[in-house]
Amino acid sequence: MKLARVIGRVWATIKDPKLTGVQLSVIQPVNEKLESMGLPLVAADILNSKENDLVYWVGGAEATFVLPDRQIPSDVSIVGLVDRMDTASS
Amino acid sequence: MTLAKVIGSLVATIKHDSYQNRKIMLVKPIAPFGELKSTVMVAVDTVGCGVGDIVLVASEGRSAMEILGFKQRIPLRSIITAIVDRIDYTAVTLKPEQA
Repeated sequence: MKLARVIGRVWATIKDPKLTGVQLSVIQPVNEKLESMGLPLVAADILNSKENDLVYWVGGAEATFVLPDRQIPSDVSIVGLVDRMDTASS
Repeated sequence: MTLAKVIGSLVATIKHDSYQNRKIMLVKPIAPFGELKSTVMVAVDTVGCGVGDIVLVASEGRSAMEILGFKQRIPLRSIITAIVDRIDYTAVTLKPEQA
């Protein structure tokens, strides 16, 4: 899993039916100093994050298992909204 | 599995059910001789590690599911599976405090 900042939202009307009801958020991966790392990603977001939230996300096959009753066609999914981050440096 | 140094912890109220009641740590992968890499990872603790420890991180969903005792697949990939005491290379010994 990795850290990211939510920077936007994607709206799509025509999509795979399995994605119905799943919010799609644009996330920018960040490091522990909250500096951007790499390119932004679109993530399936079942936790309904808001813009600017710090989140952690899971990539790959595990991203399809966020809903209990069905698998979703996603390779990046948000799995936690960070309230507080304690690091050795801060 | 990846060698990494624990650099902090995360607190989250809203999270997926599979992360409930788990200690969520921030770890930084290390190169073979202890220098930190620039990336940072979020991993679920299963061994009771603390900030500054060198740990072994398994990044595979199936093993995470087995170790955490779930019956179904979960959206969780990285777990801390060991606290490293010592790393021996052919010619060198590296202690966690040197990393």
